[in-house]
This record gives sequence, structure tokens and C-alpha cells, in this order.
Amino acid sequence: MKRTLAATLAVAAAPVLAQDKPVLTVLTYDSFTSEWGPGPAVETAFEAECGCDLRFVAAGDGAALLARLQLEGATTEADVVLGLDANLIAAARDTGLFAAHGQVPSLDLPVEWSDDTFLPFDWGWFSVVGRKDGPSPKSFRELAESDASIVIEDPRSSTPGLGLVLWMEAAYGEEAPAIWAALADNIVTVTPGWTEAYNLFLEGEADLVLSYTTSPAYHLIAEQDAGYVALPFGEGHYLQVEVAGTVASTDQPELADRFLTFMLSDGFQGVIPTTNWMYPAVTPASGLPEGFESMRPETTLYLPPDDVAPLREPSIEAWRTALSQ
Amino acid sequence: MPKLPGLVAAVLVAGLCLGTLLPLLRVGQGGLATADWAAFRFTVLQALLSAGLSVGLAVPVARALARRVFPGRRLLVTLLGAPFLLPVIVAVMGLLALFGRGGLLNDALGALGLPRVSIYGLHGVVIAHLFLNLPLATRLILQGWLDIPAERFRLAATLNAPIGPLLEQPMLRSVLPGAFAAIFALCLTSFSVALILGGGPRATTVELAIYQAIRFEADFSGAAQLALLQYAICGLAAGLALWLSPRALGGAGLGRAVERWDAKGLMARIADMAWIGLACLFLVLPLGLAVLNGLGGLADLPDGVAGAALRSILVALGATAMTLILALALAFQGGTLAQLAGALPLAASSLVLGTGLLLVVRPFVALSSVALPVTALVDALVALPFALRALSPALAEVEARHGRLADALGLTGLSRLRIVVLPLLRPVLGFAAGLGSALSMGNLGVIALFGGEGQETLPLLMALLMGAYRMDAAAGVGLLILALALLLFWAFDRGGRLHAAP
Repeated sequence: MKRTLAATLAVAAAPVLAQDKPVLTVLTYDSFTSEWGPGPAVETAFEAECGCDLRFVAAGDGAALLARLQLEGATTEADVVLGLDANLIAAARDTGLFAAHGQVPSLDLPVEWSDDTFLPFDWGWFSVVGRKDGPSPKSFRELAESDASIVIEDPRSSTPGLGLVLWMEAAYGEEAPAIWAALADNIVTVTPGWTEAYNLFLEGEADLVLSYTTSPAYHLIAEQDAGYVALPFGEGHYLQVEVAGTVASTDQPELADRFLTFMLSDGFQGVIPTTNWMYPAVTPASGLPEGFESMRPETTLYLPPDDVAPLREPSIEAWRTALSQ
Repeated sequence: MPKLPGLVAAVLVAGLCLGTLLPLLRVGQGGLATADWAAFRFTVLQALLSAGLSVGLAVPVARALARRVFPGRRLLVTLLGAPFLLPVIVAVMGLLALFGRGGLLNDALGALGLPRVSIYGLHGVVIAHLFLNLPLATRLILQGWLDIPAERFRLAATLNAPIGPLLEQPMLRSVLPGAFAAIFALCLTSFSVALILGGGPRATTVELAIYQAIRFEADFSGAAQLALLQYAICGLAAGLALWLSPRALGGAGLGRAVERWDAKGLMARIADMAWIGLACLFLVLPLGLAVLNGLGGLADLPDGVAGAALRSILVALGATAMTLILALALAFQGGTLAQLAGALPLAASSLVLGTGLLLVVRPFVALSSVALPVTALVDALVALPFALRALSPALAEVEARHGRLADALGLTGLSRLRIVVLPLLRPVLGFAAGLGSALSMGNLGVIALFGGEGQETLPLLMALLMGAYRMDAAAGVGLLILALALLLFWAFDRGGRLHAAP
């Protein structure tokens, strides 16, 4: 029996390889590390200058990263968490698991940024995305009244899902639960992350999906397919700022600092538009690729982290209650 | 006979099953949210529907099997026992290939110009449970039919008496409640099915809500409260199932059909064959599709598959070893205490046990370092009631036959175990080990709660691949799980019977 357990444990420990180079472990979301995501290019570029082994660990979508870190607590192997967003900053800070970055970056964000713990690496507007020849509602109200189907993400595990809940909160306030209740029959399914939702949409499981205004650019630039559109909504579009932070218990604090500095350099920012399909936090020298901005919202909705803090849990609960009926 | 190991085993099992209540009670404060009660209602509703439909549809299928003779009938009855070994996640994959967006059904509907159907939500969960439990219900009810002595049918035919109210309805009244309660209890703990086919907060089981509270929100208090709720409903359902179903699930006599004079009409014959044919189609098509897609997906097997397979095999073997040791010790102990201890795991679902253990170990060790041992331990506990149910009667028989001779020869303790008991129990031990290892091989539960990077077992790897929509690779992994589960069952079952003492 003991031997079985020992063997089981040995297998569990197998991935740890003996290496001379220091290892920087970055906990991030699934699509970041996929072969077409920014992960591979970022890894190559950073490893070329750091003399280290950069290891990405994917753990679901952005919001689940925070739960993962809380589950692991101080025993975590992660040195940096990359892929939380501004809406999670207050909750993440409250865990006490993150350390200040000590940097004064110059950023190209549509909002002020002065957070001392988290640094933005990209940003974008959430948008409902559909097909050119498919349904194109002009607001959530219109979507709720139509019979168009949509796939959305779970706000507890996914940053787009959380963004949608706060978008509704920012646009409708106390009316939000009623809008959710009206939307319930349009929602085909709720996925744990963006990757699952977007794949279901591409497979034809729904007419629409909650994604970004820049998603059509992927189809246009990478696939030469102009068949996808980001739908401009009358309520305005909620802004997402994706951030990274150093884990306080890291055994590689200097390497983590170097990574955050690198994160805002051209080597990282230059690949963001055409791999993560988001606006870079620092516009690279080469600028944005042609066709990247297929739709720029007229109105930006954004709740600063301190405003989100008291709203996050009640608005998620309101979402869950409305959709569970 | 040695009593100490039995006591230790009983205390251990009770400690694990009841002991998990303590951290849950300590952490679970604050009251359940509205959506958690919705999960509770959904859990009970889907289990009622699943059990009701499984039992309701099993009646005509079992009646047809009971009164028709046709080539392949024996094979079909044997196959009805197989879904119990079938990894749930592989079954779901097969159902997706049949009923999913790109599945056969929707292709057919599309070709006919009809609107497509979605499998996500309540109906999808119920269809999956029907697929998994219809065979079990059919076997239980078929047993009821075959337990009616053939003479009575003959006598009724001679007297021209109505068979329905006289023979069949009383039998169904005694068999159906037990079958219903057993399936209801099984469906309450559904995790993988709701994970993949649930459509968001509207179709979330309590078991899934526990997982989400921990993995999405690190909300230990919420998870603990849900676990307590789950403990309560599963305990009630398991108690009900035990109370309603004293009948052991035996295979004796299932091989024969009774000659019936009341069902010789053409219409009755056509109806019976239609029921059998439909049931076969419903059971064989998804399975066939899962295997077929799996064969196609073998080329796309992902990198981590060898490690995951090794971890799965180790977990299955570890769990099986623990199950057998605990079951043997409890069977020797006998009596109410052992029976109670053996039934306790029925009330505690995988994720309830997992949550309790997580709360206990988290302050001391990294979760990922204990993911596999905890998975094996919980799998062992979950399989314990089934193993004990197989072992207890067999041990009683060995003692009845050879106990006095062994006493007279002064064989006690370990030597009695070695010389008399174990050789005679080998076939049953082999069967129990096969069952336990196959169940563990296909189980996705605790590992989803604890598993980190590089900890994936095959079912977890398959779920992750399905999430990333890498369906070919997932199908390949599914086929591997299925093959390994059946191989383990076959190897243990066969190993137990090979050269077994008569």
C-alpha cells in the first residue's frame, strides 16, 4: 500500500526537472498559452534576454486564476500571475498574496492607472460578436427581446463573464437583474472560460458570443475572413484592462520584476495585437495592424477597481439568481 | 476470526465519512444563496425525472426480454451490466456525438430541413442519466419477472386468468420502488454529466456547485454548506434505497425466457421487438460513436497522455487495494457495525468527501502534492459498499461450509485467512477488484477539485480537452479510458477465477 502511495507521489513530482537555469513560473489563462496565443512568442523573447526558463501554467480563464492562487496559498509555485483584470484587483489585493511592483510605467490606456500592485499588459472593449449575415441586436434590451442565441462566460471563473456582469451593472444599475431574467432564454449555455465560449460560437452552437470589439480582426487578419462583426451597443461598451502582478511568496523576486518590465516593452507588447487580439498597454513602435479596429465604441463604460469592490459579489449573485430560475 | 482489523476498518471508514462533517460544519457558515437552492431543486428534479424515466422505460424492455427468445439475448442481458463499468465522461462524449450540435441526430434533422436541437440543459442531463441507468433498471426489473415461477404463468394460462393484475403488477409493485430509489440516489451525485451538459446556473447540480464554489471562487464556506446539503439529501436517498431494496443484485436465472401463452399475438411480438430494438439503438449507438470517434482520435492523442494513463492506473490500483483491504476487514467483522460502516460511503459523495479532506489538509500541504492519494482514497471509499456487498455473502458461505472443519483443525487468524478463506474468496475478490478499479479508472470527481498542472488523470485530461474543443483528442483519450477500465475489470475478474478453488 505504502509503496503504491509512494509511487503515486513520485509520478506526481515527475515534471520537476533538474535544471541550472532559474525558473520563472507564470500562472495565466488558457488562451494566452495556446499555440496561436502570445505565450510562445513571449517565452522565446524573454528567455533570449533573461537567462532563465520561463514556464507558463494555464489554469482556466482569468477569474479562476485568483481562486487557484487562493487554493494554493503560500504553497503556490507561481511567481507571477498574468491575466487578472481591473475588476478583480480589489479582491486580489485583499488576499494579501501579491507584492507591489514598484514601477512607474508610461502607458497608453484610455483610463488613468496608478495601481501599485498590478500592471496592465493589454486592454479592450467587451462586445457581443456575431456573423455578418446573422442577428445584430443594437442593445442588450433588443437582444433579450429577440430570439437570437448567445453563449456567455461564467463571471466567477472568467474575466469576460465578470466584465459582462459589470457592463450590465454600469449600464442598467438596479434594472440589471430584470435584463438578466429577460436574457435567460437567449443564453444557450454558460461556459467556464472565453476559449470554450468562442469555440462553441465558431462551431455554430449560437448566433452570438460575448467577446471583444477586436475579435473580428482575428478572422480578418489571420483568416482573411470578413464574415464576423462586433455589434455596437447603444448602452456603450465596458472596458477591460488586463493586468499582471508578482506573487508575494515568490522565490524569484528579481526575475519577476524583470518580467514585468519586459511585459511593457516592445518584445511583449508588439505581439499582443495579433496574438491576444487586444489593444497593447504600450502602443509598440510599429503601431496597430491594419484592420485591427473594425469597430470603436462611441461610449466607454468603466468602473474603477474601488467602485467594483462592493459591487462584484452582489452583481454576480444577482446574475446567478436570475439565470438559475 | 480476527476482529481487530474489522474494528480498525470500521473506525477508519466512519472517521473518513463522518469525520469530514466536522470541518464542513466548522467552515460552512452563513446560509445558502438563492442560486444554491436552485441547484438543490435542479438536483432533485433531474434525479426524479432520470429515475422515473429509467424505470418507466425499463418496464416494457424488461417484459419483452422476459418473454422473448431470440439469438443474442444472453449477450444482450450481459451487456446490460456493462454501463456500470462505463466511464461516465466517455458515455457523455458518445451522447454528444449522437445528440450534440454536430451529431448524427442534428445532421439528420438538418437534412430534413428541421430545426436543430440543443443537448445542453435539463433534458441533456436526463438523457445522459437515462443512458447510464436504463440498463441497470432493466436488469433489476427483468430479475423481478424471472423470479415469478414459470409454473404460475402456465397455471394462469390454463385457468385463462389475467396475468397482468395477478402476477405482473404485484411483482412490479415490489420491485419498482427499490429500482427507482437506487437510480434516484445515483443521479443525485451526478458531476461529470452536469459539468459537460449543464447549461449554466439553470442546470447545475449540487455536486457541480461544490466544485464551482471551490475552483471558481475559492469560497470554502459556500462549498462546505453545499457539501452539508448534499450529504443530507444523499444520506436520505441512500437510506431510502437500502430500505426499499433488500434484494441483492444477482445474475442467477437471467439467462432464460419464460414461455408465455398470453403474448403470442403478432402485435405483442412486434411491440416487444420494437422495445428491445429501440433500447439497443439508444444504448449501442452512442457507445459505438464514442469508440469510432476514439479510433479516429488516437492519432491526435496529446503529449501528456502517457503520464495521465500511468497516474490513472496507479490511482485505480491504489484505490482497489484499499477497497479490498477495508471490505475484507469489514466482512470478517460482520454484524451491524460493519454493515453500517460499509453503507456510510453511500451517503457521502466524491466531492463531499473531497471538500472535507481539502479543508483538513489545505493548511498543512500543497493540494497538488496530495491530489492523487486523496483521489485514490475517495475512489476506494466510493467503491467500498459494492465490494462489501459482493464479499459478505460469499464469506458467509465459506464460513458455513468450512468454518467448523477449520475450527476443528484449530485454524484461526491469519493462517485461516490464508489457507481457507482467501483461496475460496478469490473469484469474488477478483470481481470486486475489477469493479473497483474500473470505477476508479473512469471517475472524474475529486481530481478535478485537487488536480493542478501535471496531475491530470485520464478523465481530467479528457474533460480539459473537451473544454478546449479538441474533440478528436478527447475522443482518443476516451477510448483509452474505456479500454483500460475494461482491461482492468477483465484482468481482475479473470485472475480471480483462473485456477480458483472449487
